[in-house]
Amino acid sequence: MAASDNHYYVPEKSALAFCTATSVAIFILGFAAGLNSMTFGDGGGFGWELMVAGLLAFLSSLFVWFKTAIDENRQGLANAQLKRSYVLGMQWFIFSEVMFFAAFFGTLFYIRQFALPWLAGEGNKSPFAESLLWQGFENVWPLVNTPQDVVGVEGQYQANNGVFPGARESMGWQGLPLINTILLLTSSLTLHFAHSYLLTNNRGMFNLWLGATLVLGFVFVGCQVLEYKHAYSDLGLTLEAGIYGSTFFILTGFHGFHVCMGATMLLVQYLRSTAAGHFDAEDHFGFEMAAWYWHFVDVVWVGLFLFVYIF
Amino acid sequence: MGEHHGPEKGIKRWLLATNHKDIGTMYLWFSFAMFLIGGAFAMIIRAELFQPGMQLVEPDFFNQMTTLHGLVMVFGAIMPSFVGLANWMIPMMIGAPDMALPRMNNLSFWLLPFAFAVLLSSLFMEGGAPNFGWTFYAPLSTTYGPPSTTFFIFGVHIMGASSIMGSINIIATVMNLRAPGMTYMKMPLFVWTWVITAFLLIAVMPVLAGAVTMMLMDIHFGTSFFSAAGGGDPVLFQHIFWFFGHPEVYIIILPAFGVVSEIIPTFARKPLFGYASMVYATASIAFLSFIVWAHHMYTTGMPLAGELYFMYATMLIAVPTGVKVFNWVATMYDGALTFETPMLFCLGFLFLFTMGGFTGLMLSIAPADFQYHDTYFVVAHFHYVMVAGAIFSMTAAVYYWLPKWCGRMYNETLGKAQFWISFIGFNLTFFPQHFVGLAGMPRRIPDYALQFADFNMMSSIGAFIYGGSQLFFLYNVIATIRSGEKVSDDKVWEGANGLEWTVPTPAPFHTFSTPPEVK
Repeated sequence: MAASDNHYYVPEKSALAFCTATSVAIFILGFAAGLNSMTFGDGGGFGWELMVAGLLAFLSSLFVWFKTAIDENRQGLANAQLKRSYVLGMQWFIFSEVMFFAAFFGTLFYIRQFALPWLAGEGNKSPFAESLLWQGFENVWPLVNTPQDVVGVEGQYQANNGVFPGARESMGWQGLPLINTILLLTSSLTLHFAHSYLLTNNRGMFNLWLGATLVLGFVFVGCQVLEYKHAYSDLGLTLEAGIYGSTFFILTGFHGFHVCMGATMLLVQYLRSTAAGHFDAEDHFGFEMAAWYWHFVDVVWVGLFLFVYIF
Repeated sequence: MGEHHGPEKGIKRWLLATNHKDIGTMYLWFSFAMFLIGGAFAMIIRAELFQPGMQLVEPDFFNQMTTLHGLVMVFGAIMPSFVGLANWMIPMMIGAPDMALPRMNNLSFWLLPFAFAVLLSSLFMEGGAPNFGWTFYAPLSTTYGPPSTTFFIFGVHIMGASSIMGSINIIATVMNLRAPGMTYMKMPLFVWTWVITAFLLIAVMPVLAGAVTMMLMDIHFGTSFFSAAGGGDPVLFQHIFWFFGHPEVYIIILPAFGVVSEIIPTFARKPLFGYASMVYATASIAFLSFIVWAHHMYTTGMPLAGELYFMYATMLIAVPTGVKVFNWVATMYDGALTFETPMLFCLGFLFLFTMGGFTGLMLSIAPADFQYHDTYFVVAHFHYVMVAGAIFSMTAAVYYWLPKWCGRMYNETLGKAQFWISFIGFNLTFFPQHFVGLAGMPRRIPDYALQFADFNMMSSIGAFIYGGSQLFFLYNVIATIRSGEKVSDDKVWEGANGLEWTVPTPAPFHTFSTPPEVK
């Protein structure tokens, strides 16, 4: 698969994709079977075991895949054009992630701007006020009194898929969320320092600042775990706590998951630099992509901090 | 460099493929298999509706059939077929050696058979397959969905991942691997339409992933996104779904526009009437597709301002679409036309898609849509654009490029016969559905009032004819590959233009190892 700048790069056959696809299939089969046995109690066999096996196979496939790509690059097989392809691939992947979060931010916006006011009777042109399904429901955000709370489960006109006792209290932005904001914003800065030192081939300082970024990232995840504990045990803010809990956990949860992914990417880059001596001022797109991803995750957090916690 | 290695032998060639042509071939065959399965579901639907009253299947199974028919056709047949075409043609059209990320290309493909194995296996699960329609509106799909919904959700997730990776690959290929001199405004229109389609896919597939994730949370983790009791809203599901779903219909039709824009100039022996205007029209359609989604939801009780806005915005789409239709017509005007099979399918496309566009305009009128909503008029409308739009142009593409792919010419008589049988079968199926729809026959119901009996019987007969014509198509393709007349001319078609016609016929395993010159 030799390639030079005036020849195109054409890879050999590869089992990476097929192994990855197979392990993804095992993973989702196990996951779905496990969830169904959890919710519907319909046997499900060994869903969770299958899921874990699929996940391990998936992670191993990815590990080998990335190792292959890194080795190819170390051997000088990846020409400038292929590197541009990788960069484009990462940019558009991040765009797809932006749209994934957009779905949840859009949900939050729609719920707060439209759904809740309408549930509380706004725009109801019926002369019969009693035609409202949720008598007495008021739209106050953060929503701690769900429509169901107001009329009582027995007072519902329709069966629903659950009981949604609202949270006792909402999550303030002071305290842990503010600390987390500072942590993540600082980590973007430290990561930028690391990048700058890499551009001057200063490996010592690069490792130091990248390591600092990692520490900040992991402390963030730790704080997030504490915050969830606080939400569940002190505030009664749970997944079942109506739409406030739903939007809170889906946004912060997926963000936290992405922080973990970003931190893992950075950890890999850290180990590549410290243990294997990879990267120099010219050739470090593995690091650069992880860094882009990290900055993206930071920007999402700023959105979260503003629209989930403060406003 | 070792670029002269040929394909592997046996099954490994397909499992381990990194070659864009092999992966394209897999996509095309996979999509055709899905097309036949989805078609079989449609035959069950039409057999049940052959006469009023309950004939063959239980209502719940009927619902499973309408659901799976839609899902399989949209996600399994039409979309992968155009991805397969993109894999085959885009590198050849822009002078690239392969796709930009060949190993990921293989992953994009191999996720699909697994996704559909999971989806179709739900037919055999307790509680049956998903039965809530291909739009899977909550709460039908959350509170009232069968347990197999969980498998459906994960199936959608990996289909989405496949589409996103495929799209990233196409965009990276086009942005990065164009031959020197192949500027953006020299690219064939099929490439242009695919770039814009790929952009749409990357923008909306994650939104669909978000929607099904919220469903999953509502089903298994007690959240209340789509349940008013907890402060959520079932209509929210529809907004998110159609924010994906409306661009999705352009994802399906834009590559079809690209195909037609390649074929009509060839058989009119004239360049496309207005290349730049076609590019801008495609981009405009893509932009508009993001801001019109709620025209699928006129009857949900949106505020008047919303109804009006979505109505006018939707009507605007007729402008760039009209630019395209007039472009194709003007290309043919005064041309030296011949009517080989690909051209016949394109003409069929032109007439029938335009009709589908007009019924779309009727549907865009909010007050009128209150009457049409969820009737067979809608079914007729979207089959005119999906089948006569996407499938006809896909069929045209296969007849058009098959000689280049396998080096053999299809039998023109059989090809033309297939066109006319399809054309008659299609119109017999769907034209009467306009009338029963306007008269109030609701969709997705296994029984109907007696006054709809005649038209429904016509529809069913047409559907069986159309279904049979697809088996005939399969025979044509296989007969061509096995024993078609050898093609010696690289160009194949007298009026053809473009880089793909400069390479030998059949196209070699690796097309370009060094960039070709583009003047």
